[in-house]
Amino acid sequence: MKTFRYERPTDPAAAIALVAGDSGARYLGGGTNLVDLMKLGVETPELLVDVSRLPFGEVEETGGGGLRIGAAVRNSRLATHMLVRERYPALSQALLSGASAQLRNAATIGGNLLQRTRCLYFQDVSKPCNKRRPGSGCPAREGVHRDLAVLGASEHCIATSTSDLAVALAALDATVHLAGPAGTRSLPLTDLHRLPGDAPERDTVLRHGELITAVELPPPPRSARSAYRKVRDRASYAFALASVAAVLNVRDGAVHEVRLAFGGLAAKPWRANGAEEALQGRPATEDSFAAAVRTELTACRPLRDNGYKVALAERLAVAVLAQLAELD
Amino acid sequence: MGTTTAVTMEINAESCALDLDNRTTLLDALREHLGLTGTKKGCDHGQCGACTVLVDGLRMNSCLLLAVALDGAQVTTVEGLSSDAVLHPVQQAFIDHDAFQCGYCTPGQICSAVGAITEAASGWPSAATAQERPVGSVALTEAEIRERMSGNLCRCGAYVNIVSAVAEAAEAAREAGR
Repeated sequence: MKTFRYERPTDPAAAIALVAGDSGARYLGGGTNLVDLMKLGVETPELLVDVSRLPFGEVEETGGGGLRIGAAVRNSRLATHMLVRERYPALSQALLSGASAQLRNAATIGGNLLQRTRCLYFQDVSKPCNKRRPGSGCPAREGVHRDLAVLGASEHCIATSTSDLAVALAALDATVHLAGPAGTRSLPLTDLHRLPGDAPERDTVLRHGELITAVELPPPPRSARSAYRKVRDRASYAFALASVAAVLNVRDGAVHEVRLAFGGLAAKPWRANGAEEALQGRPATEDSFAAAVRTELTACRPLRDNGYKVALAERLAVAVLAQLAELD
Repeated sequence: MGTTTAVTMEINAESCALDLDNRTTLLDALREHLGLTGTKKGCDHGQCGACTVLVDGLRMNSCLLLAVALDGAQVTTVEGLSSDAVLHPVQQAFIDHDAFQCGYCTPGQICSAVGAITEAASGWPSAATAQERPVGSVALTEAEIRERMSGNLCRCGAYVNIVSAVAEAAEAAREAGR
């Protein structure tokens, strides 16, 4: 690991000024991904600014019945929070399906959203990778890509994002609050991460020095239920091959409100707007769920070894929606 | 500004002041600077759990924690679990159930099990917990133990006996808590 300086300022403005003023500076949260990437030589910061003890460690109810989650809240604390379990089961389930208990105890919500892809080529500095070294090429396209993207990829990059949390937040219409050298701003969670296009080195729309301070959830839709389900190579402690977060409200046998997001398929959580529109007002049956999900997944462009993800994602989404509609 | 930092941690109830290269992980601080070699280095990438310790009561992978970020933290390693030559109930259960073969992953397994038992007693659900309305402590069934201990790999494959050891220690803790 390369040497680096370490700072732990006590107020957010000082932390932001430190990072904004140094192109080699990075924020440090729980470090579960960043420290690993530093060991691998993928990240070589000159300065780490520790934001894990800034005053962003609370989960608070908002006036309107939603929830404001500080960016420094640990994954395990949020997953086990009573209000999250009661009102946003998809969020609790997504967090509990991610990583191991040890990692959930250390990882922060802000850091989870900014974790990097686990594409093998990205993590191996002896290999070309357009995300790590722009212009060097993407060996994954012809190489090992069984777990990589089928949606929204580009010729430059087929990496997937691996945050389960982000998928649940996408389906729950979360907002991300940011603070930076130019002030504060807020974004829908679905606008935080980028598809690779011709700049795969940029995972998100964050500007240098911008810090995630909180994630805000609107009140859960009345009478709606939510769930998260993840499919992986082993029963626990593995990244998603495909995952689904859904919110569903059925009235008189018809879809009154639905929100659906996929994980494991793209470089960002994939909010299935097409499927949601196709389902609006339709009978809450497995047939209409499958038809709507297929509409969304026609955009898939699988490669040699990851075509299984398309069928897997379809069946998974239908199963989750059927579960929420209590069809079985 | 330098690349070393002064850190004070309470390790196994003893205050330890260290001046560390910022790159030093908690794992290396324990093993190389404090001689606490009970905590093991397996993968060094947070994937195997051999380095698990308790930080402020919560189990974490010490290989991924920068020691400089832990100023003021309370750390418990496997050496700190027993007192006056009396083994911790989880340690005793591992012996009683022959829950290891080579023993390399064992300190991490034991620290992780101590954390898992506390988490379940506090009512923390896991991915194996039914999603009904929250209740109190979660009973550590075999499925719960396998899910909650999935961050600890055992290359010898002693999992069957590890599960029974954790189950017995959890049950003993529940009885003691009644």
